[in-house]
Amino acid sequence: MAERDPAWKVLEKPRHPHDSARIHVTGEARYADDLAEPADMLHLAFGQSGEAHARIAAMDLSAVRATEGVVAVYTAADIPGANDVSPFAGDDRLLADGEVLCHGQAVFLVAATSQRAARLAARLGRIEYAPLPAAITAAQARAAGSLIEPTQRMARGDAASALESSVHRLSGRFEMGGQDHFYLEGQVAVATPGEDGQMHVLSSTQHPSEVQHLVAHMLGRSSADVTVEVRRMGGAFGGKETQAALFAGAAALVAAKTGRPAKFRCDRDDDMVMTGKRHPFEVAYDVGFDDAGHLLGLRLHLASPCGATVDLSPAINDRAMFHADNCYFLPDVEIVSERLKTHTVSATAFRGFGGPQGMLAIERIIDHVAAHLAKDPLEVRQANLYGPGREVTQYGMRVADNIAPQLIARLRETSRYDERARAIDAFNAKSPVIKKGIALTPVKFGISFTTTHLNQAGALVHVYADGSIQVNHGGTEMGQGVYVKVAQVVADVFCVPLGVVRVTSTRTDKVPNTSATAASSGADLNGMAAYNAAMAIRERLAAFLARTYRREETEVHFTPGGVLVGAETLDFAAVARKAHLGRISLSSTGFYATPGIEYDRDAHQGRPFYYFAYGASVSEVAIDILTGEHKVLAVDILHDVGRSLNPVIDLGQIEGGFVQGQGWLTTEELVWDDQGRLLTHSPATYKIPTASDRARRFTIALWDGENVEPTINRSKAVGEPPFMLAISVFSALNRAIAATVPGKRGLPPLDAPATPERILKAIAEYRQTGHGLP
Amino acid sequence: MRFVLDGAVIDLPEVDPTATVLDHLRYRMGRTGTKEGCAEGDCGACTVLVGELASEGVRWRAVNSCIQFLPMLHGKALMTVESLGNQPDAAAEVHPRNGEDSREARHSPLAPLQAMMAANGSSQCGFCTPGFVMSLHGRAIGARGCELPVADVIAGNLCRCTGYGPILAAGEAVDRIVRDDTALAALLAGIAAEGASGEWRGRKWFAPRSKDELAALLARHPDARMVAGATDVGLWVTKGLKTLDTVIFLGDVADLAAIEETGEAITLGAGARYADVHAPFARLHPDLGELVRRIGGLQVRNAGTVGGNIANGSPIGDGPPALIALGAELTLRGMAGRRTLPLEEYFLDYGKQDRRPGEFVESIRIPRPGPGTVIHIAKLSRRFDSDISAVCGAFALTVEDGTITRARVAFGGMAATPRRAGACEAALTGKPFGEAAIEAAAQALGHDFAPLSDVRGSSAYRLEAAANLLRRLWLREQGQAISVLDLEGLDG
Repeated sequence: MAERDPAWKVLEKPRHPHDSARIHVTGEARYADDLAEPADMLHLAFGQSGEAHARIAAMDLSAVRATEGVVAVYTAADIPGANDVSPFAGDDRLLADGEVLCHGQAVFLVAATSQRAARLAARLGRIEYAPLPAAITAAQARAAGSLIEPTQRMARGDAASALESSVHRLSGRFEMGGQDHFYLEGQVAVATPGEDGQMHVLSSTQHPSEVQHLVAHMLGRSSADVTVEVRRMGGAFGGKETQAALFAGAAALVAAKTGRPAKFRCDRDDDMVMTGKRHPFEVAYDVGFDDAGHLLGLRLHLASPCGATVDLSPAINDRAMFHADNCYFLPDVEIVSERLKTHTVSATAFRGFGGPQGMLAIERIIDHVAAHLAKDPLEVRQANLYGPGREVTQYGMRVADNIAPQLIARLRETSRYDERARAIDAFNAKSPVIKKGIALTPVKFGISFTTTHLNQAGALVHVYADGSIQVNHGGTEMGQGVYVKVAQVVADVFCVPLGVVRVTSTRTDKVPNTSATAASSGADLNGMAAYNAAMAIRERLAAFLARTYRREETEVHFTPGGVLVGAETLDFAAVARKAHLGRISLSSTGFYATPGIEYDRDAHQGRPFYYFAYGASVSEVAIDILTGEHKVLAVDILHDVGRSLNPVIDLGQIEGGFVQGQGWLTTEELVWDDQGRLLTHSPATYKIPTASDRARRFTIALWDGENVEPTINRSKAVGEPPFMLAISVFSALNRAIAATVPGKRGLPPLDAPATPERILKAIAEYRQTGHGLP
Repeated sequence: MRFVLDGAVIDLPEVDPTATVLDHLRYRMGRTGTKEGCAEGDCGACTVLVGELASEGVRWRAVNSCIQFLPMLHGKALMTVESLGNQPDAAAEVHPRNGEDSREARHSPLAPLQAMMAANGSSQCGFCTPGFVMSLHGRAIGARGCELPVADVIAGNLCRCTGYGPILAAGEAVDRIVRDDTALAALLAGIAAEGASGEWRGRKWFAPRSKDELAALLARHPDARMVAGATDVGLWVTKGLKTLDTVIFLGDVADLAAIEETGEAITLGAGARYADVHAPFARLHPDLGELVRRIGGLQVRNAGTVGGNIANGSPIGDGPPALIALGAELTLRGMAGRRTLPLEEYFLDYGKQDRRPGEFVESIRIPRPGPGTVIHIAKLSRRFDSDISAVCGAFALTVEDGTITRARVAFGGMAATPRRAGACEAALTGKPFGEAAIEAAAQALGHDFAPLSDVRGSSAYRLEAAANLLRRLWLREQGQAISVLDLEGLDG
């Protein structure tokens, strides 16, 4: 009897701010470290590995134990159950067991009465290592044949023949760096022992269910004995999808062994050393194309050093392959993806999850083709878009919602791309030191977990007898606004003001077996689950009111003015009270599983995604050819969020994603030494963008359209896709560098991130070689 | 030690001299609105405002509370995000029918800045938000540096979620707030009258109020660690987990912070903070002002001193190369009296300075460049704001009748200490000011320096970029735009 199906059209776009905005600005919003500490709270720190790969020959922890304030010191032998904090492969140890696989790996755990005592003591462990051969770089891992899983191949047609018969053919290679999440709130967990072996863990995690299951196995308890809770994270970006388990596990171990509450709040530098980051990638390609720049054949080799353990690297590297087409039809293509095992911290999920790496590869290839043909890269981009008769991806999914051609055309016009490109040519002709560049790059990002079973969610809605509503769901709040979006959905079902709906912290004892809040899916999945829960209650209310007032159910309407039952109008609180007295259940769970998706990973064929989210951006940059410094001068974005659930939230995701992507491609550089030690482990050396790095002119427009699939409110996911809009910055930098040698047909040899040093080096090499990249 | 928080005097009879203000707020006072993002003064999540007595009443400064030691607060006022006054009014209720409105009513009104930030998407995860609120509130109440553009005021605040747009907009839109700090000034005058000191588990600390007092203290405790802004020493404690035994805090030594500007020179006490020399330095030369703008964030410049930047002898300190090129002289004071030396002679080797036991850096004198002096000062870093130099170059060439009569060239990041480039200077001196001399001098830098490769840059990059900075000087003289920072964005 729903008046509106899940895909109802709402003409008015609500502009509700983030549900916690008020308490964010007052400082009252509580994060895991903000709760008052019980007097017997223990504070924790890890003793870390000083070797990249070694057998632990001996451990002397007497000085650690003797430190004032130290209450307990644990090693792997003290873990009652499974020594495992990995998402599925079983290869991430809570504490090293005989062997260390990377620098900084947790070897022993110190619990002390103060944080300083724990950290001081943790530095006093004397560990004797018997070094083992270590592969620090991709090249070393390749030489050692060290892989986390077999090399994967995704292909269509006959790339070799297509390359042979192409009029033009180019090959090239480049590298892109990883990225630290730099969530402002570091990893933190507080474990509180309960009665009879139970454990409560307050964790800053995107994946409470996984933390619950790992803690239970680690303690040798059942999942029912462990409750994991998270109200909010101070940023996560993928860095708390699997990485939070290490700290939660440590806190739970100490709480279980000592019977005292235990908090692990990781130091920033330790956090940067010990937790995984975005995968760096090496890209090599061989591309064939015609005079117009149509890609005919492509052989693409993607290689990523995945670090010491499996973590989520298989799915992340798969997503790089899925996005190596971006918006372009690749008729004959072979993508080979090499997943190298190195003795560095295991690389992990980070906004985009491999997508940015695959997408940067194809965008650079397009830039190369355009440079070779002396065409504006935008012409080549537009010539290669998916379209009628060329609408199936290299993994066999039909692109049914392709709006890229219209969206790009619109942005080209509204950003005055052509006019500005001409103005830049004129500027460059008379500016010897400063060179400018401009680029428009599109994004098509697949929405769904590519591991199909993860695409499910649950929610729990309570209507109280006073008419107030509580909603709880499996999504975790990390700033992306999933709580307010889900609250809006529930408020809309009952036609009540948003303030009536209280979203409570995500807890495994309220909604079980949840998936990580990841893959941009939070609002899609949990919004729909909450919708289903709320609708179940509303239908009960409607049936009850119809019975009570002797009306048809179709005569019961939930409206902003109240609930209409025939000629009667009741306010929602009155309805709730009546229903309670009428012994109607005012609580319901809701469940949702994304329909229509399936994927055969062995063949790399199928429909892994429910739909695609699109966007495009224009970036204008300037470089200084004497120092390699650059500045992003202007950014114009047109982005597709379907029918926005909340434009304030969505615009924030778009801008924030772009700037984070800009950081990945420009200032954020991770440096390891040849022993596998991370040298850039603090904000003093690792530089995320500041306010002045944001382009002074920055416009964002939302594409006016709706999801072709019946998602909640016909909206689209927004968490990850905008990150990749920043590829236009990298592309524009290339054009600015190319402007140092006017008329040359070639691509400057630029790797990411485009630091001043890399830009200066690219300029020098571009000038020296005959034609840039061959 | 005593300080004022929200109008009340907080009296701490015993303090750990290196306990941080942040930890005290969060874990002793339960004021958890102030956050720890990095504990090294690089993210601004812990920003608070500190008010000190000044001629105009109370002068407020935004500082990073994570690397401020508690005794540094003695005699000062502290303002945290909780001070802005929003507390839930427990009497009001949420009425379900009009929940939205009544939830608003449950709280007392937000400050206009907070209301704007809450409404316009300035917070996502919210963790950095209190720090931004405090930086921008400082700008609104006229705190030190309030005349700077919003982006400069928040250059020391990192946000990983928003992309900064809404925060910048809120900062632009907020009106100036006029505070009446008369009562606070009187309160501060009452508690700040004399120098403080204390002892905690055998560790002594002192906060002298005059140079004479400082000199006497140093005579008694020659091994004491002097701490001015703690922007460096703070990290020894929060990151190095060091224990400092005897600490002398320099922040209250009033006559050590004096800044004197004359037609001939700027003379500043070693305790003058970077935020306080920003304007005088900019008046000496715009490049010097721009250099100061890019030293740390405002919170760091509000704490860090020019003298500390020199005294700690860092090879990548940003102040020394410029001051060396400008011909600055350093005066040290010790038991045996004062001695003055050219700044470059103070830096002996990596980690080794010409400071004798019991001596302290007293003042720095920077002569104003004479007419015909061509100056170029440039800092190269991976990020423009709040970053450490890969290379910092400074050039002061005296040109008379087309000839370079005197050349002072100094670099940071190129050697174990900030240093002059003798070969480069020789290649310039006596030559006609022109491309040939510049090119020869640029080449000569290869004789002056064999820089290291580290995370901030390779040896090759450093050499090439250093030479290019000299070429930049020449191009700027020819009227060329030489920095991407000089470009304006397109009009909206």
